[in-house]
Amino acid sequence: MKKIFALALAAMMVLAAFAGCSNGNSAKDDSFVIGGIGPLTGDYATYGVSVKQGAELAVKEINEAGGINGVPVTLLFEDDQVDAEMAVNAYNKLMDDGMDVSLGAVTSGACIAVSEKAHEDGILMITPSGSQVECIQYDNAFRICFADPEQGVNAAKFLANNNVAKKIAIIYDKSNDYSNGFKESFVASAAELGLEIVSEQAFTNQSNTDFSVQLQAIASTDAELIFLPIYAQEAAYILTQAKSAGMDQIFFGGDGLDGIIEKIGADNIAATEGLMFLTPFDTQADEQNIKFTADYQAAYNATPDQFAGDGYDAIYTIKAAAEHAGVKPGDKDFNEKIIAAMTEITVDGTTGTMQWAADGAPNKAAAVVVLHDGVPSAYVGK
Amino acid sequence: MDLIKKKKPLAGNLVTLAILCALFVLVLILMEAGALTRHIRSMLVPICINIILAVSLNLTVGFLGELTLGHAGFMSVGAYAGCLFSIAMQNILPTAVRFPLAMLVGGLVAAVFGVLIGIPVLRLHGDYLAIVTLAFGEIIRSVIINLEFTGGAAGLKGTPQDSTFVIAFIVVIITLLVIMNLVNSRHGRAIMAIRDNRIAAEASGINVTYFRMLAFVVAAFFAGVAGVLYGHNLSILSASTFDYNKSIELLVIVVLGGMGSIRGSIISAIIITVLPEALRELADFRMLIYALVLIVMMLLNASPRFAAFKGKLNYGALVDAIRSKAKKEGKAHE
Repeated sequence: MKKIFALALAAMMVLAAFAGCSNGNSAKDDSFVIGGIGPLTGDYATYGVSVKQGAELAVKEINEAGGINGVPVTLLFEDDQVDAEMAVNAYNKLMDDGMDVSLGAVTSGACIAVSEKAHEDGILMITPSGSQVECIQYDNAFRICFADPEQGVNAAKFLANNNVAKKIAIIYDKSNDYSNGFKESFVASAAELGLEIVSEQAFTNQSNTDFSVQLQAIASTDAELIFLPIYAQEAAYILTQAKSAGMDQIFFGGDGLDGIIEKIGADNIAATEGLMFLTPFDTQADEQNIKFTADYQAAYNATPDQFAGDGYDAIYTIKAAAEHAGVKPGDKDFNEKIIAAMTEITVDGTTGTMQWAADGAPNKAAAVVVLHDGVPSAYVGK
Repeated sequence: MDLIKKKKPLAGNLVTLAILCALFVLVLILMEAGALTRHIRSMLVPICINIILAVSLNLTVGFLGELTLGHAGFMSVGAYAGCLFSIAMQNILPTAVRFPLAMLVGGLVAAVFGVLIGIPVLRLHGDYLAIVTLAFGEIIRSVIINLEFTGGAAGLKGTPQDSTFVIAFIVVIITLLVIMNLVNSRHGRAIMAIRDNRIAAEASGINVTYFRMLAFVVAAFFAGVAGVLYGHNLSILSASTFDYNKSIELLVIVVLGGMGSIRGSIISAIIITVLPEALRELADFRMLIYALVLIVMMLLNASPRFAAFKGKLNYGALVDAIRSKAKKEGKAHE
């Protein structure tokens, strides 16, 4: 009997909490609500925060310029801690808050779970950085970044076409979906293009600080180039450890290496000398990027990475689609019209000029940048 | 005296079930009336899943008295087994047959793992057992990441979305009935006797190994069933969900609800599931406040004063308070 009260108390708490949830509907009527989901806390917070800040910057600019079709934009961003269940909860909360267009989720697993719900609701979903193929399996889903398999093909093509190296060693993260997908497609197309994989070394997120075993194994081969289909944090360890081991191979990676300068720290800049990576985002590529970088630094006191560029571009893509279709939230067939417009628009974003096919993948060029003294510059050949 | 003691837990359990059913009906009515936001509706199935996990973990931690940190491991084994079964049978069996079968498959596979793990693990006690079960959970996760048919690190996709609130609630009730009956039976008393004094229990002729294994395997079975519900609630199942943090979160639920209290486990499962979602308004401070609230709740729960306070505010006291208030108001009207 004693605990009945405790239960009643709990129920009251729950109801009170729920009452708090349902207050956010006011945003619906008078603004264009864009909802984003990504890790804002936890191990992967850096990606979510970058996307959020990039998107915020774009929303601020758009609102200062008069909104989308005259309607002011509201950006709501919810935390998911890379958890699919939490991402779906966040998605439903955003729908309660009157979301018109979804930014899917920042990470692939969460994005796949969210895409299922967005498909049921039929709203436009543009994920800035969900790179697994299934993120955009439905007709209403589009992405800004490259797909994992696409990057592997691009990387192999670049190495073969520019004759950078013939014998390649790989270090990849077995426990990470991005790394696996990227590596597998690279290996497949490397074989077709006549590149030789002399060594494949794996690690997991449980053993991602000491790479001496993998580096020694590679040092004993005749590899000319070490391919790193991984994220910047692990790459920073690998580069400093390779440097101190005196290895002179070329290092090459994908867009995950973006932000490596911040991760490796000013003292170890020398280790990144000559590092090449494939990225659609270069802070100094053109005037638009230079302005974006300056504004971003002024607002957040940090250098934008590719995730920030993706977030920024996603918002401008939504704007372009809405303006092309000439629709406002609340219009009849808003969802159908804005989704149809997606395949008809061209967006010149910070991560390149993009057009979308019906499958939702962007058609954009990947540039390779080379680091010299910690400053990226476009690759110009040997 | 004997009769009263025997009857009491049964009555308490009936009250628990009755309250749960009443809540269930209330939620259904509110849902029909459209009074529940989508945010709340999306939490209903996770709440049910956490109740099943917490009550089953309570069987080993609370009633058997062994600290296990591998519950997420059993959940993942069950989830993958059930989801792979559903994917294979998607076009062969109708949902009404497939989903219960998937839960059975998931539960049984988890139970088999429970036996396999239990044989070596249950030779240990206390800290040793906690560490070995923790290691087991991590091994399961690594194996799933390295296998092809589980989708590896990219996760398992394409499971039909069969989990609904009604089904999840039915499974909760079944879990409660089984575990409550087990605890109140001769077997349950043997399990608790082992917890209270293993040597005395052994001396009284209780087969300690058998009963420990029984509790362990039943808990693993229901963890597996909960995993299947989880897998059918989302369109992606990734192994990284089932890390030791998940096991510890489940342990937090059990400790918060009170070791050996089924009703407590249910209440705290609801609170722990809803709390992080309810705190979303706090944005950046969400996880900080969540941790603080957790600390405060744990301290409150452990304080004898709060226990006395809860005792004062029981059902009878509440009725009295309402009556006296009604009297006063009646007088004021006159």
